[in-house]
Amino acid sequence: MTASADSPRTLFQKIWDNHLVHPEKGHSEEGRQTILYVDLQLVHEVTSAQAFEGLRLAGRKVRRPERTIATADHNVPTSDRSLPILDQISKQQIDTLRNNCQEFGIKHYDLNDPNQGIVHVIGPELGYTQPGMTIVCGDSHTSTHGAFGALAFGIGTSEVEHVLATQTLLQFKPKTLELRVDGELPPHVTAKDFILYLIGQITTDGGTGYCIEYTGDVVRGMSMEQRMTVCNMSIEAGARSGMIAPDETTFEYLRGRQFVPNDFDAAVELWKQLPTDAGAKYDKSLTFRAADIAPQVTWGTNPGLVVPVDGKVPTPGDFDDATEQKTAAGALDYMGLQGGEPISGLKIDRVFIGSCTNGRIEDLRAAAAVAKGHKVSSHVSAMIVPGSGQVKQQAEAEGLDRVFQEAGFDWREAGCSMCLAMNPDKLEPGERCASTSNRNFEGRQGKGGRTHLVSPAMAAAAAVAGHFVDIRHWS
Amino acid sequence: MKAFTTHTGLVVAMDRANVDTDQIIPKQFLKRIERTGFGEFLFWDWTKRDDGSPNPDFELNKPAAKGASVLLARRNFGCGSSREHAPWALEDFGFRVIIAPSFADIFYNNCFKNGILPIQLSEEQVDELFQRAAQHPGYELTADLDACTLSDAHGFSTSIEVQPFRRHCLLNGLDDIGLTLEHEDKISAYEAAHA
Repeated sequence: MTASADSPRTLFQKIWDNHLVHPEKGHSEEGRQTILYVDLQLVHEVTSAQAFEGLRLAGRKVRRPERTIATADHNVPTSDRSLPILDQISKQQIDTLRNNCQEFGIKHYDLNDPNQGIVHVIGPELGYTQPGMTIVCGDSHTSTHGAFGALAFGIGTSEVEHVLATQTLLQFKPKTLELRVDGELPPHVTAKDFILYLIGQITTDGGTGYCIEYTGDVVRGMSMEQRMTVCNMSIEAGARSGMIAPDETTFEYLRGRQFVPNDFDAAVELWKQLPTDAGAKYDKSLTFRAADIAPQVTWGTNPGLVVPVDGKVPTPGDFDDATEQKTAAGALDYMGLQGGEPISGLKIDRVFIGSCTNGRIEDLRAAAAVAKGHKVSSHVSAMIVPGSGQVKQQAEAEGLDRVFQEAGFDWREAGCSMCLAMNPDKLEPGERCASTSNRNFEGRQGKGGRTHLVSPAMAAAAAVAGHFVDIRHWS
Repeated sequence: MKAFTTHTGLVVAMDRANVDTDQIIPKQFLKRIERTGFGEFLFWDWTKRDDGSPNPDFELNKPAAKGASVLLARRNFGCGSSREHAPWALEDFGFRVIIAPSFADIFYNNCFKNGILPIQLSEEQVDELFQRAAQHPGYELTADLDACTLSDAHGFSTSIEVQPFRRHCLLNGLDDIGLTLEHEDKISAYEAAHA
């Protein structure tokens, strides 16, 4: 379909149209490759080394180094930064990023930079992430930046190289999926519960081939950090990107941040044109009721295997088709569960609060509010990993570090840490963990480790109680 | 990039849905800064028992899977992270064709950059291939990207859908960056208009 600029368009369609390099605007067809301009590329150590090496081998330069920023996050230790990195292979990867950034002239937030942190935390916090942009990164959680009304998605290393060399990407146009949630979330139900619930409803491949736009009362009422939690996990529903239309909340969050446009008010006027027009059509729309959402806990080995905290772990017989039954049986076996037990009764060994999903200041405040005046259960080891140096500094200024430490939580340096356990922070086989991260895949947090995804408040409460608890009844 | 025209190979059936990239290549192997040599780490946690010995129950460890180059799996194959190490590991191990009812978007895209043909068929067709693989020892499939067909020697044949541009690049082993740079004037014009 050829859409003229006058017909009503979705947020996605407007950003797409604004970034078409070839074919020119108005001539793009479904299924045809398009050269799309990339406004911002974020780079980290794990998926970039081979891309830079590709440039060197082909004798190519980085086309627009000022449109790329880099930081080391996946692989970095979260212990004392003044000590050398013991894992020599990790160290080599981190050193390689530093050298590549130097050679190609890319801004790099190195380990000891006060702004170092998880790439999806620092981009927004420094004001690099802005409405209407196209943003890519060799990381699937790039969808986070869609919270600002940007088209943001993860790419492979070959594409990282393509963007470095050309500042563009070859793309096929995704379809659009509206997930609309109206009403008001019940007390103690958070953005994390909201997105886990939606993934449970549409399943882990319900969003495949789509760009999701979250609409309705609930996201309108959310803070930017809550919106980032929602968009972050779009990929767990199979969608490469998820977005929320920018509004006053967005503009107020960005105002005064380091890398926002100089003429901020003029930029805001342009950003106000971005939201989906009345009458614009999505390829698919689904609606849900906020009142139906309870605090969520995952029980299985993908984020769609989730139940309300007052629910029970399902049995394979609760699923309809043979493939899902087999998946459920495998998940129960891996997770050391029978099926049928109340999820709140599960005893835990570890707690991880952090990640690009839930490692921001509001997340730490929510966890601290629960932990304050309590002690971590004697059989639980709990760690807090701020999403960035700025988040850590802010938390310390508010005294949250003392609240956590007095309660017996381990207070760490910024990084991805035990979300994917590439660094020394990992689960031992059989350990059960309440985690605020985004993936509960087998072995994700350490071989044999059993991950249950929850909100920061639920994770903190589980640390204190030693098992999952319904945060609605916490005192 | 390695070109793909036609490939006939031994099929290994992996009766699992939602095979994620953390299983295909676990994170401890993502620290390497090379593109090659990932094959020996493919499905690492599934290939080993807890004591480190080979897991005889794992599909790829069975004698009948030796030399397999066509992987048959269930829905949502390759979900999870964007790591291109996943197709690097599959390709390095020897896989050239992956067949499933659905693939995760980023993984699907990454396959084409690495000479692997991902083929999406209906659930029913995939079921039939699982049955045929169980029936015929040494079961082979032929993927012909030029003719856009997938067939076996026992009467199965179906057409396959691949976007024309992806097909063109894979058939010819083309470098995407080189192709895009043929439009360098358009990129410059875009930048000038949006400066």
